[in-house]
Amino acid sequence: MWAAIVVIGALTFTYRWSFIILFERLNVPPWLRGALRFVPIAALTAIITPELVLHGGSLDLSLSNTRMIAGVVATIVALWTRNVLATIAIGMAALWALNAFLK
Amino acid sequence: MDELKTTRLREFMRGAATELPMMLGVVPFGLIFGVAVNAAMMPAIPAQATSSIIFAGASQMIFARLFGEGAPLFTIVLTAAIINLRHVLYSASIAPFLKPFSRKWKFLLAYLLTDEAYAIAISHMETLPPNAPLLRWHKQWYVFGAGFTLWLGWQISTAVGIFIGGQIPPSWSLDFSLPLTFIAIVVPALRDRAGIAAAAAAGICAVAAAAMPLKLGLVTATLLGIAIGMLVEARFGAVKMEKAS
Repeated sequence: MWAAIVVIGALTFTYRWSFIILFERLNVPPWLRGALRFVPIAALTAIITPELVLHGGSLDLSLSNTRMIAGVVATIVALWTRNVLATIAIGMAALWALNAFLK
Repeated sequence: MDELKTTRLREFMRGAATELPMMLGVVPFGLIFGVAVNAAMMPAIPAQATSSIIFAGASQMIFARLFGEGAPLFTIVLTAAIINLRHVLYSASIAPFLKPFSRKWKFLLAYLLTDEAYAIAISHMETLPPNAPLLRWHKQWYVFGAGFTLWLGWQISTAVGIFIGGQIPPSWSLDFSLPLTFIAIVVPALRDRAGIAAAAAAGICAVAAAAMPLKLGLVTATLLGIAIGMLVEARFGAVKMEKAS
């Protein structure tokens, strides 16, 4: 187990370090700079959506899927307030309220 | 205190303060990691060591889950290697801004480059003028402030989680704090058509590809999202609402 932890740790650090060192000498070509703008948006959305609409491995788009509804509520709050604290707090409260009423 | 120290401290505190609201999502996720560790019967010391050595929540979560299922170590390493691949993209994206700093700083800031710290750092850097003297403004301290705050919050919350994890009821749904934190990061960043297209493509693809082996769906969806974003931008142009000068 320790070996796995150290290997993953070293690998993750190498990932994080790779381009910071590589771009020390090289200049980032403009097209790549354009592509990198989409990195956080694409990577994080790809983590978010399965958490909201997959239930035990299968797609659940019904109104009884409280995580999806709470996710939509959080998205609206984020659009409206652009506030991290409000988004997380209201999103979590929405999930608890929906679970209390619907389950 | 001389002016130099004041500037450094001010940048550090600004980074830390901007990172602080993220804690509302990060701390519950740290606690829920503790729940996963307890459920997997993983010993406390190596579990906490994943927080300091790996320091990437989603992959630590998978580590605990797979360990509990008795998966071979090779599978655990490979899965974590794929889940964490997005950090290569973060590295490339932040690299131009870290260029002026020393090797030691790069080493330290690379170690601290998590989802949440990256999000805060990159959105701050992008508000600065293109030729801003990052070195003279001590911007490495801003990134360090954000990264260190997250690091400390994560170490403490996972330690507490490992300690009390068995007593947190699943009905609290604390794991939901991860997607909520990411929603709080992503939604304000959707400022133009290309960005929205990238998010939509990545989101839909991630769901469709969720069944792909070894969590490859995440990487596939990210790359597809980037490609769609670029296509839309090439077709319609960048309609940015910021920095209209």
